[in-house]
Amino acid sequence: MVQKNAVRELEDVVVKFVGDSGDGMQLTGTLFSDVAALAGNDLATFPDFPAEIRAPHNTIAGVSGFQMHMGKRKIYTPGDMCDVLVAMNPASLKANLKWAKPGATLVIDSSTFDEKAIEKAGYTENPLDDGSLAGYQVISAPVTDLTKEALSELGVDKRIAERTKNMFVLGMLFYLFERDLELPLNFIGKKFKDKPKVINANQTALKAGYNFGETTETISETFRVEPAPLEKGLYRNITGNVATAWGLLAASERSGRTLFLGSYPITPATEILMELSKHKSLGAKVFQAEDEIAGICSAIGASFGGLMGVTTTSGPGLSLKSEALGLAVITELPLVIVNVQRAGPSTGMPTKSEQSDLMQALFGRNGESPLMVLASSSPANCFYYAYLASKYAMEHMCPVILLTDGYLGFGSELFRIPDVSDLPAIKPPMADPNDPKYKPYRRDEKTLVRKWAAPGVEGLRHRVGGLEKTNIDGNVSTDPLNHQLMVNIREEKIARIADYLPLLEVNGEQEGDLLVVGWGGTEGALTSAVNRMQDEGHSVSHVQFNFIKPLPRNTREVLSGFKKIVVCELNNGQFVNYLRMIFPEIPYYQFNKVQGLPFHVQELTDEFTKILEE
Amino acid sequence: MISYNKVEKSPVELSKQDFVSDQMVKWCPGCGAHAILAAVSNVFPKIGYKKENFAMVSGIGCSSRFPYYVDTFGFHGIHGRAAAIASGLKVANPGLSVWVATGDGDSMAIGGNHFIHVLRRNIDINVLLFNNRIYGLTKGQFSPTTPMGAVTKTSPHGTIEPPFTVSGLVMGAQGTFFARVPDNNVKLMTEVLYEAAKHNGTAVVEILQNCIIFADKIHDMVTNRETREDRQVILRHGEPVIFGKERNKGIVLRGTSLEVVEIGKNGITEDDLIVHDMYSSNPGIQRMLGWMKAPDYPVAMGVIRAAPSESYDDLSERQIETAKKTSDIKSVNDLLRSGDTWEI
Repeated sequence: MVQKNAVRELEDVVVKFVGDSGDGMQLTGTLFSDVAALAGNDLATFPDFPAEIRAPHNTIAGVSGFQMHMGKRKIYTPGDMCDVLVAMNPASLKANLKWAKPGATLVIDSSTFDEKAIEKAGYTENPLDDGSLAGYQVISAPVTDLTKEALSELGVDKRIAERTKNMFVLGMLFYLFERDLELPLNFIGKKFKDKPKVINANQTALKAGYNFGETTETISETFRVEPAPLEKGLYRNITGNVATAWGLLAASERSGRTLFLGSYPITPATEILMELSKHKSLGAKVFQAEDEIAGICSAIGASFGGLMGVTTTSGPGLSLKSEALGLAVITELPLVIVNVQRAGPSTGMPTKSEQSDLMQALFGRNGESPLMVLASSSPANCFYYAYLASKYAMEHMCPVILLTDGYLGFGSELFRIPDVSDLPAIKPPMADPNDPKYKPYRRDEKTLVRKWAAPGVEGLRHRVGGLEKTNIDGNVSTDPLNHQLMVNIREEKIARIADYLPLLEVNGEQEGDLLVVGWGGTEGALTSAVNRMQDEGHSVSHVQFNFIKPLPRNTREVLSGFKKIVVCELNNGQFVNYLRMIFPEIPYYQFNKVQGLPFHVQELTDEFTKILEE
Repeated sequence: MISYNKVEKSPVELSKQDFVSDQMVKWCPGCGAHAILAAVSNVFPKIGYKKENFAMVSGIGCSSRFPYYVDTFGFHGIHGRAAAIASGLKVANPGLSVWVATGDGDSMAIGGNHFIHVLRRNIDINVLLFNNRIYGLTKGQFSPTTPMGAVTKTSPHGTIEPPFTVSGLVMGAQGTFFARVPDNNVKLMTEVLYEAAKHNGTAVVEILQNCIIFADKIHDMVTNRETREDRQVILRHGEPVIFGKERNKGIVLRGTSLEVVEIGKNGITEDDLIVHDMYSSNPGIQRMLGWMKAPDYPVAMGVIRAAPSESYDDLSERQIETAKKTSDIKSVNDLLRSGDTWEI
């Protein structure tokens, strides 16, 4: 036994795994995160993979990454810069060193730093030798060679041995973070259950990596992250896209309306379609349409048929669906549209995240075409907002756009598993069979909501469609005053949903020097930045909007309590301009970033400090 | 009455009157669409489903006003998308008899993609394709079925686009049912619509419809009452392909193509003629019959193809039933608790 190492206690730590796309970084990161979660840490993760499926080996374009942030306190984001960077080849080091904090720990597979790979990565000198890493704690080991050596007695072929190097490095990390090996060993057993050779190779490599850390002096200091004080309960790790899919399923179950998804594959929303395809046992009808338009139109058809119609997409797909959205507005049918936003315009940067579809969601249709817009703000709360989007769509008989984004969709965090029966009830306004008073546009006086009458139910025959109809009777009409009335009713019906929405909650004081305003997926970064400012004694509060149209009833009141307001968005100022339209009397600062990247906490606190000093 | 399919039957006999809506029919006097409405009103009570189980879906165009004129559930959609809306409706509730009213512009131009894919999937809906070879509602522009060279409002020098042959497109898209009828033969149309309803899968019925305002007599060479017996051949399953005023002409297969022959001439007898097999899954001869064009050939009417096959909606229901039986995940609570979870 070598001498016991020094131990560093950490409040929170960001670990990033990077390597070639074939190096298994997603699996490595996921497994590392699962072990952290089981050890009681709070955490958030984000994968960063190239748009290409298999870019050329050892190139910058082929670098795949997985970042995770864990802590003994509440974790709000996958983190900005990393404390530990695990780099499996020269290209991944080259591409990611800029994301490592000064003094960060670098874990490097030195076996891959041969002349050719170094050149392909764009280095002129071997970075391991030229002193360029002097500002970091470098843990360099010939991981690939050591893995092959460790597996030499198992008789596995070279390719398997090579592919197992990620487990060796993971073993080193588990030693570095004082983790128990039992869980990952079991996980490997489960994952490769019909391939005993692969199990053996992976488990051997994992143990070898751990032992390497323990017995050599490569690692002189280990890290300790104590468990976080999480609320008691049953937990799992969940990505935003899976949470969205499950929220939809939960709403379908609670409402008693079968889920129908009409959707077309598009990055970064495809995972919702794939996830729902798996759950036929819950009755979900999943229709992979021939295009985005057929996706939404089939969902509208299903919704007319009395099912919970849903379509999922990303920005360019939402553009294609615009006309059909208007059809759902005028027919006043429930419809959930999930838009997992990505960087645009046009194809833009499909794997990069942005919040630039807000105006499209609010206004991107012909005619006066109001609908409800809401936004989820963390991977796990995609579950609740997908549930609520479905609830409001059905109870208020209108299309609802749920805005998430690639950052939420691919990102994951811990999810405290609810009991479906504890979720708010969903009561769709179904028309009674043979109701003699049934008329397609007869409305509830309070909510202005019409009844839902599906084909197949006796005594409710009627027609709806894209042509303007008379109120109550639903006959085709071009009467000027009727059109004015229907336009007003459709707008007012959406406005009245505000009576059923929760009020805004302010993080911090209700009055003060600065209110930081965000919406949707920026919540984690804004919360972290504002908490930091508050800890430093600044009079800064934060409010995050999940309900965009209609706005919560106390919006004006909340905005009125502060000397300055800054609206932070990953676009050129869409929400701030929406607020300017509705509350023109309030002056706003705006902070915008459109780089396909999330906000970093540091740039936010710098900006807030600047505004406070102005 | 139709017996094998999954739509619930009416306990009482319905009549034509049961399907007359209270809306004023606003098609031009003399429009071929009136005949289609008559045939549909004839056939719905014969089909025998409960009134509530009929749903009519349409897109945009003159044809697409159809849902207002029958007393069923109706959905008037947007341009080209009727097939997609109807697909969602039928998959949502296979217990409905779903009918699409569409035109040549609606389904072959703007809605072409949905049209071919509903056929490929074989969703059990019935498509009434009003083919008047013109855009009527927008007042006279050429459509994807307008004859080459035709002068229209947007082709003052004549079109330079070859038209679609609807049967070719349907069979090219692997459609399992195709029929063609002229708008001036309501009896045949009623028979054909009944066959379409019976078919488990997407049934396309092309109706050669006259637009009296913008393309009057466009089908006249084929549908004219004086000459139609020589210009049309009405196909009947299991019967030889015979036509003509004198019932003395027929179609034979010679080499790789069809040929018109006269019975009694050159030693030709009825036995030499093609016997129509609408149920054949191989579309070879059906395609050739559907492709026949005037004046060289008679135009084939009636059911040209009705190949038995499984419908998408049946397969969809079956997958769900199986999954419900075999999966451990019976509720969303089960799902939430599946896989890796831990207690804190």
